[in-house]
Amino acid sequence: MADGRTSTGSSGSRLLGVITLVGLASLLLFAFVLTEPDVRLHPTTGEKFGQFDAVRLIYLHVPMAVLTYAAFLTCAASSAFYLVRRGAWWDVTAHASAEVGTVFCGLVLVTGSIWGRPVWNTWWEWGDVRLMTTLVLFLLFTGYLALRRTAADPQRQARRAAAVALIAVLDIPLINRSVEWWENRTLHQQSTLAELKIEDLTLFTLMLGFLVFGLVFAWLMLHRFRVGWLEQAQARHDVTLAIAERQAEMETLDVGAAIGESGGEK
Amino acid sequence: MTHIGYLLAGWGIALVVLGLYGCGVVRRGRRLSRSVPEGERRWMTAKGESQGG
Repeated sequence: MADGRTSTGSSGSRLLGVITLVGLASLLLFAFVLTEPDVRLHPTTGEKFGQFDAVRLIYLHVPMAVLTYAAFLTCAASSAFYLVRRGAWWDVTAHASAEVGTVFCGLVLVTGSIWGRPVWNTWWEWGDVRLMTTLVLFLLFTGYLALRRTAADPQRQARRAAAVALIAVLDIPLINRSVEWWENRTLHQQSTLAELKIEDLTLFTLMLGFLVFGLVFAWLMLHRFRVGWLEQAQARHDVTLAIAERQAEMETLDVGAAIGESGGEK
Repeated sequence: MTHIGYLLAGWGIALVVLGLYGCGVVRRGRRLSRSVPEGERRWMTAKGESQGG
């Protein structure tokens, strides 16, 4: 394991990592072994219906969707603080949460599509408002990350990125309310907790999913924040080195000129 | 168990992507830590910045 001084790790982050791995193993045990598939009987025909074993994807998909919201809301709040207070801490937090949130959002789209194939009989539905607004959110924050990679004055770049984050985050209420506002234009169920009428072990496993993916999110945020902080420290260090080199160059020129002048006087 | 292929694909892709991303972040941190002066290697000890903004 790397020394704490040459990595973004610390004793706290390592403990968090171990707890997260144990949590992931427990979640897999509950999701695949201990919980039952979603099988219900039709009240009149007695026919079996439900999500069957595809429900096991819900323990992954729903927590990641909620954490995507959390990440982008953190990004927007940090961006707002950055615009008001101009502190590097807020800018680094905004960038880190946008990057981690984009990874989670991409996985929400992929796992949702994989879940949709057996349950809705389609991988993707272009007319579905929930799916499309989530895709738009993913593209908006991909654009945010692209903007952060452009070569520009760092402070101007941070201000522009903060403005983009504050606009992009307005998509979240649309995603969240879309299943109610456009209920005829979505295949998506309204609320997993209400729709599946889940209880006991199924509910516990879903809550465990929130906890475990919350720990994964926290671990990633911690390390990504430290990477961002190191990037800023390196940029400051590079500027300091460049100034020192320039000053040394100027001093050499001054000494050379002074020697030349004294030689001419003789 | 029904839908085993979908389950393996969904969980497999998610865990592999999160694992690879986590490893990538840690590697970036290690590379940067080596090139940044010791006093500024850790965000808690960076000079000239206040943590609260």
